[in-house]
Amino acid sequence: MFEIFGIPSQALFGQLLLGLINGSFYALLSLGLAVIFGMLHIINFAHGAQYMMGAFAAYLMLQYLGIGYWQALVLAPILIGATGIVVERLFLQHLRTLDPLYGLLLTFGLALMIEGVFRNTYGSSGLPYQVPDALRGGRNLGFMFLPNYRAWVIVLSLAVCLATWFAIERTRLGSYLRAATENPVLVRAFGINVPRMVTLTYGFGVGLAALAGVMAAPIYNVSPQMGSDLIIVVFAVVVIGGMGSILGAILTGFALGIIEGLTKVFFPEASNTVIFVIMAVVLLIRPAGLFGRHA
Amino acid sequence: MIDRVLDQPALRLQRETSWSLVAAFGAMVALLVVAPFAIYPVFLMQALCFALFACAFNLLIGYVGLISFGHALFFGWASYLTAHAAKVWTLPPALAVLVGTVTAAVLGLVAGGLAIRRQGIYFAMITLALAQMMYFFALRAKFTGGEDGIQGVPRGRLFGFFDLSHEMTMYVFVLVVVLAGFLLIYRIINSPFGEVLKAIRENEPRAISLGYKTERYKLVAFVLSATLAGLAGSMKSLVFQLASLTDVHWTMSGDVVLMTLLGGLGTIFGPVVGAFLVIAMQNYLAPFGQWVLVIQGAIFVSCVLAFRRGIVGELASRMRIRL
Repeated sequence: MFEIFGIPSQALFGQLLLGLINGSFYALLSLGLAVIFGMLHIINFAHGAQYMMGAFAAYLMLQYLGIGYWQALVLAPILIGATGIVVERLFLQHLRTLDPLYGLLLTFGLALMIEGVFRNTYGSSGLPYQVPDALRGGRNLGFMFLPNYRAWVIVLSLAVCLATWFAIERTRLGSYLRAATENPVLVRAFGINVPRMVTLTYGFGVGLAALAGVMAAPIYNVSPQMGSDLIIVVFAVVVIGGMGSILGAILTGFALGIIEGLTKVFFPEASNTVIFVIMAVVLLIRPAGLFGRHA
Repeated sequence: MIDRVLDQPALRLQRETSWSLVAAFGAMVALLVVAPFAIYPVFLMQALCFALFACAFNLLIGYVGLISFGHALFFGWASYLTAHAAKVWTLPPALAVLVGTVTAAVLGLVAGGLAIRRQGIYFAMITLALAQMMYFFALRAKFTGGEDGIQGVPRGRLFGFFDLSHEMTMYVFVLVVVLAGFLLIYRIINSPFGEVLKAIRENEPRAISLGYKTERYKLVAFVLSATLAGLAGSMKSLVFQLASLTDVHWTMSGDVVLMTLLGGLGTIFGPVVGAFLVIAMQNYLAPFGQWVLVIQGAIFVSCVLAFRRGIVGELASRMRIRL
């Protein structure tokens, strides 16, 4: 046991780890928002609700079908992503020619509906979800204790983020996607089904949110309002990073998680607000955001 | 684009049919004068405060095209400051309301100064984030009373003469203030300043090229909207004799968006109609618990999909008048 800046190393690294965990979720969620924004030009206000649905999907699968964590990790994102595809087909596709504000209003309404239904059915208190057997326990690193599940969350989140970045920036499908973001009419003229790509992109973004939800279930409790407070912080993260860059969204997410963790150590009163303060400072210095191309 | 929805009849038509506005205003005032004899006054006062809140919000979205998702910040903090001023500083009600309103104006200047640096969707996210930050401050600050809020706020005597603890006297006070706010907003919209705001909404680059400092116009509009939202919040804290975390929570920001959208964005009477409907719904459906949330969400969705003009906007366009 040793001290850094008068803070015991256990506390410092413990909070740093917690910050990295939060950062993993910020990164996954802001990545999803950025991907959706790129194709649909709307801000998906329902993202928090879809994250919550992911966690609930894992919980319900375990309760009623006996489907464990590992299968839920794959099934829940697919299931919730599919509901996202339905939402896009039913509602969002009709808003394509309208001001993007209407997309915001519509997804806000969806978020309210989803949260309301879950609150009615499951109440407001959190429901516990067990850490899978294989990831129980942890290891002592000498300077801190590292629970296995938390390490897994960070690694998985990093892997998913980088895979998404690779898929969008380095593959053929990704280049279609980027081209359709720049000029959908021209890409359609080349015989690529852009509306279907838009639908699948939304489904994918929603799936990412659901994946984050499944990963969060064993750490935080599963509760109907777990998404709504988180999504506001993620909005601030998105404003700070700017939605122009995939890598930017990932980096900002992790960095802000770590900063938030450190604030908890050195100035705990400000830990809830530090990300919003950083957002205000960034707006003053670089209005377009750290990685944004234009305001 | 949003202007297609906010589309208003040509200027010539406006002048010809301005009788419809006068008639509608007269009808509204007449209804509000008679109403407290038939309906529970506290409900009416609540609806009136929210009507002013929604009108203030509409000034921003309807006439400048800026959607703020953080208006609870001004409403709630004004409510806290008025409650604190009336209870702890024992200021008379008029001064307490002034304290709350000025607080909202200052907050509006700061939040607006930050938020207008980005447009469209980002503007919405920034206002939401700033409001959430101030929510946490309200949660932590000593004077707000945390989860309990500030309870038992004295209504006092207006100008040392009118005893506001009488429901009817309080009702008249609220009615006068809200109508004054309503008329002020109408005046702003129809002033040369308001015309510039509409020009910014329609085409900001063109307004800039004509030499208007659009940032400054947007900021002034934001501060005006925040101030009037604050006035509404201050009045609300006197009506209920309570300021609480509900007033600064993001759901409150969502409520005011819903009221304005349901009544009709960019219409003069829409926010009033929307506020009365939403408040009535929240009151009468309260026994159904969280289903209110589901219904509100469904109204959002159907408004966006089916009638983007809102109730008053649809009515006005059917009757080819301005409301």
